[in-house]
Amino acid sequence: MSATRDHLGRPLIAVTGMGMVTPLGFGVAESWAGLLAGRSGIRRIARFPTGHIKTGIAGCVELPEDQRGEPLSSPARVERYAMLAAEEALAGAGIGGKGCFPGPLFLGMPPIEVEWPNRLEFARRAGEGRYPAMIEAAGRRPELFESFLFAGVGARLADRFGTRGAPISLSTACATGGSAIQLGVEAIQRGEAEAALCIGAEGSLSAETLIRFSLLSALSTRNEEPAKASRPFDKTRDGFVIAEGGAALVLESLDSARARGAKVLGLVLGCGERADSFHRTRSNPDGSAIIGAMRAAIADAGLEPGQIDYVNAHGTSTPENDRMEALGMLAVFGEQPPPISSNKSMIGHSLSAAGAIEAVFSLLTIRDQRLPPTINYETPDPAIPLDVVPNVTRNARVMRVLSNSFGFGGQNVCLVLGAEPA
Amino acid sequence: MTEPVWITGIGLASSLGEGAAPHLAALSEPAARPVLDKTGFAPFPVHPLPALEIERQIPKRSDQRQMEAWQRLGTYAAGLAIDDAGARDLVSNMHLMVAAGGGERDPRLDEAIAADLAPLPPAEAAPLLNQRLANGLRPTLFLAQLPNLLAGNISVVHGVTGSSRTFMGEEQAAADAVRIAAARLAEGRGGIALVGGAYLAGRWDMLLLYSMGGALWRGAWAPMAERMERGGGAVLGTAGAFLVLETESHARARGARGLARITALATGAARRRGEDTVRASANALADRIRPLLRDGYAVISGASGVAEPLAEERGFLADLRDAGPAQGPVRHTADLIGHAVEAAFPANLALAALALGQESAPPQILVTGFGLWRGEALALVEPVGGAA
Repeated sequence: MSATRDHLGRPLIAVTGMGMVTPLGFGVAESWAGLLAGRSGIRRIARFPTGHIKTGIAGCVELPEDQRGEPLSSPARVERYAMLAAEEALAGAGIGGKGCFPGPLFLGMPPIEVEWPNRLEFARRAGEGRYPAMIEAAGRRPELFESFLFAGVGARLADRFGTRGAPISLSTACATGGSAIQLGVEAIQRGEAEAALCIGAEGSLSAETLIRFSLLSALSTRNEEPAKASRPFDKTRDGFVIAEGGAALVLESLDSARARGAKVLGLVLGCGERADSFHRTRSNPDGSAIIGAMRAAIADAGLEPGQIDYVNAHGTSTPENDRMEALGMLAVFGEQPPPISSNKSMIGHSLSAAGAIEAVFSLLTIRDQRLPPTINYETPDPAIPLDVVPNVTRNARVMRVLSNSFGFGGQNVCLVLGAEPA
Repeated sequence: MTEPVWITGIGLASSLGEGAAPHLAALSEPAARPVLDKTGFAPFPVHPLPALEIERQIPKRSDQRQMEAWQRLGTYAAGLAIDDAGARDLVSNMHLMVAAGGGERDPRLDEAIAADLAPLPPAEAAPLLNQRLANGLRPTLFLAQLPNLLAGNISVVHGVTGSSRTFMGEEQAAADAVRIAAARLAEGRGGIALVGGAYLAGRWDMLLLYSMGGALWRGAWAPMAERMERGGGAVLGTAGAFLVLETESHARARGARGLARITALATGAARRRGEDTVRASANALADRIRPLLRDGYAVISGASGVAEPLAEERGFLADLRDAGPAQGPVRHTADLIGHAVEAAFPANLALAALALGQESAPPQILVTGFGLWRGEALALVEPVGGAA
C-alpha cells in the first residue's frame, strides 16, 4: 500500500463522494455526459421577464417549484442545489449514518437578502414604500428571517446532514467553491476532522443580479445565440454567462477512506491562494496574483509545473479574464503549457459553485482520461497561444489537473487534483 | 506544530469613537452611557457611526468612492489594526479573514420603486422593475454589496495579499474566522494574519430583516438587564473591529509587543431545540477552557440582548461559576457599543485585549459570543506573559 502522507507529512486528502447539479443535468453522470458531448446548457431565461436588461440568457437550472410560476427565492434555490449535490455525494461515499456526517460543513454560497417580491408585498400592505412602513407591515416573519440570514442555508443543511460543529458559509466571489474545498482540506490536515463536506452552490440569478453584473459590463449580450454566448478564449468573446447549480465533495483522509474500504475517486493534492491588491474587478496586469496562486497550489502539492497534465480553466469568457489566464499559463508553464479547457463554455459561470463543480469535473477528467472541450472556439485570439481543446473531447493521459478559480475582489484559489496512487 | 497566537494589533472604531481610549474609559466606568441615534431609525435605537477621518486610512478619493459606509468602516479599522501592530511592511504575506454581512442597498431607490410598483399587478410590475433598476442602480453599489469586497478593499487599500477569505453567517462567521485564522497560524501556515469584521447599525434593509425575526428592541434605550424583563431585544451597534494575530515566534522575531494571547477558542452552533440548547453547547465548548480558568477571571459577554440566548448564557455562566474558580465581573459590551453582529466577536476580543493591558486587570478574560439566532463562541484571552 502506498504512502498516505504528502511531501510535508500531512495526511493525503481523498475524495470519496461527488455530486452535482448543472445546467446540463441533475447528477454527475448526466452533467459529465453533456460536457463530453460538447453540449451547451445556456438558454433564454424564462423564469422572469428580461425586458430592459441587456442580457436575457443564463445557465438556468429549473426546479419543479418553478413550474408553478412562482420561482423560488435565491436562498431556497441555493439550498436545493446544495442539498441535491450533497445527497448524491453522500450516497456515493457511504459515509456516516443517515443524517450523521462525521465532520464539518463548508458551504460556498452567494450573498442573499430580502428580495423584491417581499418588498413589494410589504409595500402593498403598507400602502406606501418607505422602509419604516414596510417594516411595520412585514411584522414578525420568522420563516423569512431564517431564510434570508446568511447562516440560514448552512444551518438547515447542517441539520439535514448532521454535520459536526458550526457550519461555515463563505464567499470569495468566483473562487468560492475552491475556497470551500481548501477549508475542508485544511481542517483534515490539521486533524480537526476525519472528513469534511464541501459544497459550492449558486442560485442568485434574478433581474437585479443580471442588471448589477450588466452595469459592470461583465456579461455576454449574445442573446440571439444562447448556446454560442459563452466562448472562452475565442477572440470574439464578449463576457460571461451567469449560471446556477452546485457541487458537493466528500473529503476524508486517505487513511480513513482506506480503513473503511471506501472507493477513492481521486485526491486533492494541493491548494494555493493569493489575493490581488490591484483593483476590485481587474487583475494586476502583471498577473502576479493569479500566477502566485497557480504556483502556490503546485508547490503545495509538492510538484513541478511540468507534472501538471491538464488545466481546468477559470475561463469565464470575459475579454479580461481569459487574456490574463493565458498570461498566467505562460508564466507558470513556460513555452509549452499543458492543454487547458473551460467547462464554462458549456455550463456558464456558476459563480459561487464554479470552483466546486470544476473540481468534480477535474476528477472525472482523470477518471476517464478524457479532456472536455472548450466549445464555441471559432476565432483564435493571438493573445492566447494555448491548446484550449477546441470544440471536441480528446483522449489523453491525465494524472494531475490544476483547477483555477479567480474572483472579483482579487481572491484567487487554485487546486491540484490527482489520481489515487497505485 | 502548534504555536501560541498573540494579538499584536487592534483596530477598533465604534459609536464611542476610535482606538483604545474611549473604549477603555467606557469599560472602566460602570455607569458609562452609550452613544445613541434615537430618532434616525425609530422605532429602533441604534449606535451610530462615529465621526472618522476616513482619509487617514483610505487616502485615495477614488478608493473611498468605490465603497459604501460599512466597507469604509471595515477598511478603516483594518488599517488601524495594521498600524497598531506596526505591520505595514508585512502586508504582502499577511493572511486575511473577514466576517461580512450583506452589503448595502440604495434605500431611497428601494423605497421609490416599492411605492410605485406595489399597487400594480405582478405582470405589469416585473418589466417596470427591470427598467427602474437598470436606470437607477449605480455600478459601484454592486461592489459595495458583495460581502467579499470588504476583504477586496482591504487588499486594494492596505495591500494585504497573503490570502483572502470571507465568512458569512452573522456573529458566528466572525468567531469562526478568528478560530480558523488562529489555527492556521498555530500550525505554521504563515506568521501573521488580519481578521475582523464591520457592521453598520443604521441600515433599513438590515433592520427589516432583524425585525422580521423579532430580534430588535423598540423604543427608548435601556440596558440589557432591563430589556430582559420586557421581552428582550437587540440594539444594533456600529463597529469596525480588526485584530492582527501573530505567532509568538513571529512577533518576538520582529520585536512586536503582544497585547494578549488567545489561549483557547471554540465555536459551536446548537440547533436551539430539544436538548441541543445554547447552554449545553456552551458547556461543551467550555470543556477545554474550564481547566485553564483561574480565580478572578472576568467575562466579556457578546450577548445580543435577545431574550432566549441571553437567558441561556446566564445559565451557562452560572454553571461555570458552580464548576470552578471564582468568577470576576461580567460585562455586557452591547450595553456600551450595541450588538455589532459580524463585528461583535472581534470587537469583544479587542476590548478584552485592551482591558488586560490595564492596571488591576483580571488574570484572564473569557470572551463569549452568543448569536441572536445561531452560534456560540468562547475565547480565553490572557496576558502574553501569563502561564497556561
